[in-house]
Amino acid sequence: MATKTVDLDPDVAAAIRQLAAEADAADTGPPKGTGREAFARFTHHPGAVIGAALLIAWPLIAIFAPIIAPYDPAELVSRARQAPSAEHWLGTDMLGRDMLSRVIYGARVSIMLGLISVAMGGIPGVLLGLLAGYFGGWVDTVISRLIDALLAFPSILLALVVIASLGPSIQNMMIAVGVATLPEYARLVRGCVLAVKEQAYVEAARLVGNSHMRTMFRHVLVNVNAPIVVLATLQVGNAILIGAGLSFLGLGAQPPTPEWGLMSAEGRVIIQRAWWISTFPGLAILSVVIAANLVGDGLRSALDPKMRLGA
Amino acid sequence: MGRYVIGRILQLIPVLFLISLIVFAVMHLLPGDPALLMLMGAEGGAVPPERLVELREQMGLNDPLWMQYFRFLTNALQGDLGASLRFRVPVTDLIASRFPSTATLALAGLAVAVAIGMPLGMAAAAHKSGWVDTLCMTLSYIGSSMPVYWLGLLLILLFSFNLRWFPSAGGGDFRALVLPAITLGLLSAGVLARLIRSSMLEVLAEDYMRTAHAKGLSSRIVLWRHGLKNAMIPVVTMIGLQFGALLAGTVVTETVFSRPCLGRLIVTSILAKDYPLVQGAVLFLAVVYVTVNLLIDILYAWLDPRIRYGH
Repeated sequence: MATKTVDLDPDVAAAIRQLAAEADAADTGPPKGTGREAFARFTHHPGAVIGAALLIAWPLIAIFAPIIAPYDPAELVSRARQAPSAEHWLGTDMLGRDMLSRVIYGARVSIMLGLISVAMGGIPGVLLGLLAGYFGGWVDTVISRLIDALLAFPSILLALVVIASLGPSIQNMMIAVGVATLPEYARLVRGCVLAVKEQAYVEAARLVGNSHMRTMFRHVLVNVNAPIVVLATLQVGNAILIGAGLSFLGLGAQPPTPEWGLMSAEGRVIIQRAWWISTFPGLAILSVVIAANLVGDGLRSALDPKMRLGA
Repeated sequence: MGRYVIGRILQLIPVLFLISLIVFAVMHLLPGDPALLMLMGAEGGAVPPERLVELREQMGLNDPLWMQYFRFLTNALQGDLGASLRFRVPVTDLIASRFPSTATLALAGLAVAVAIGMPLGMAAAAHKSGWVDTLCMTLSYIGSSMPVYWLGLLLILLFSFNLRWFPSAGGGDFRALVLPAITLGLLSAGVLARLIRSSMLEVLAEDYMRTAHAKGLSSRIVLWRHGLKNAMIPVVTMIGLQFGALLAGTVVTETVFSRPCLGRLIVTSILAKDYPLVQGAVLFLAVVYVTVNLLIDILYAWLDPRIRYGH
């Protein structure tokens, strides 16, 4: 893909100009109409629509938590371990804090975790995959071996190593989950870039004098964004699950943070007498993760019916 | 076939090398001083500075990092992963005593996943778009979106405390294995069902399936003999990957059910800052995971001759 400075045959030059025009069309996103069609395909799946509704509702709950929550999540408002009642819809926890308020505030932590860890894993992962796929050669060899080695760790194990090194805390949990999901992005993007790179418009973009950087970001990346969006959506759910698991183990959020995984852990020892303390936060996680998975799958079939991610 | 196997094993070497490098590198970003931790654990109270200097020298912590890594690698290759700071015994002894019950749990979980996921996915594919399909896919969505620990807690609540069928905690006998295995297996069952369904649907559209129908075979034989056999090929790889997920999932499951296994040991070691134990155990699990996937790849090549001649 080196820049060529030879005199071109007029026909070839015309062909290149046409390809360059196509490449510029890629700059402005997909051709008109496909967005609407994709939206129609997405709304055709009832599951995807339900998921999207939930996925919009939870961040709103998180943002407006102080208005929605009936009590302060940290305040001891009543007797401990009260069963769900008209006054405390989801009961009270082992200290007498209102469970409904804690579950509502817990949305803040989990939504943040989902977004931050996707950014922390997605941005470096996409960059690595893009570099490996675009440049090939030794760059690809080095990055691919690294990704293989990272993929050799089941994601929770990778998260555990990071936590072991940085110490248990909510920030470190987000970093750990980000690192744990990074190799998936890199692998996916590398594969997609390898396919796109061979397209004539990429070579044309180079031939008309675009730098590698510009070609990579303006012409290659925009054409692999659909699978990235799908993976990122699915990874929001995955990140929330891993994060909640870490918090449950005592390696993520620390008390008194209202975090769903931690709340389930706190209720674990008294689950026989107070089932609601562990149950409701888990139900909240289930609803968010299912929503992310439904939306992810809906997007996958809406954006490209033939597109396949590794399971 | 022999050549394929040798080639695959040789590919493993750089991956194993990088795994050890990643574990070592991450663990040595640890801000704490292992010598200090060891002394505080052993002697308590104030640590005499000369004792600390002596021990740092003795543990080789003053050497440059590359030399420490080289020592770690050569020792690990000889089966020496150092000594636990907390238990004062070789890490390999601790792994050897805890790993069998972890492996048992992961295998039992895998058995549950296959026993539930396979018929579910088959039924969904055979009755595509019918109510069976919808039911199967709904179950599979819920199964793969649940936090592991939460499912475990619900099963404990139902089967231990209410029905009193199985114990809620402890290792040992078969009865104590049932609930953890179901917890672990149900999550993978969802993933597996979805994969078998899509793999099966692909196979059902093949020409040889139409031929089988056309020559008058009953639909049951067509589905089970011609369909399943071909649909199993991608599923075998997936089962291998799921085994790794199960192995990692034991970390959380063992905590929920208070089973004294390897995963639980890693978690308590992270909390106790017993870094040689964390490093050794994580390295060990990653190597097991990679090895299992190697065996799966070989099995895959044996099942599908196209793979081994393709390379």
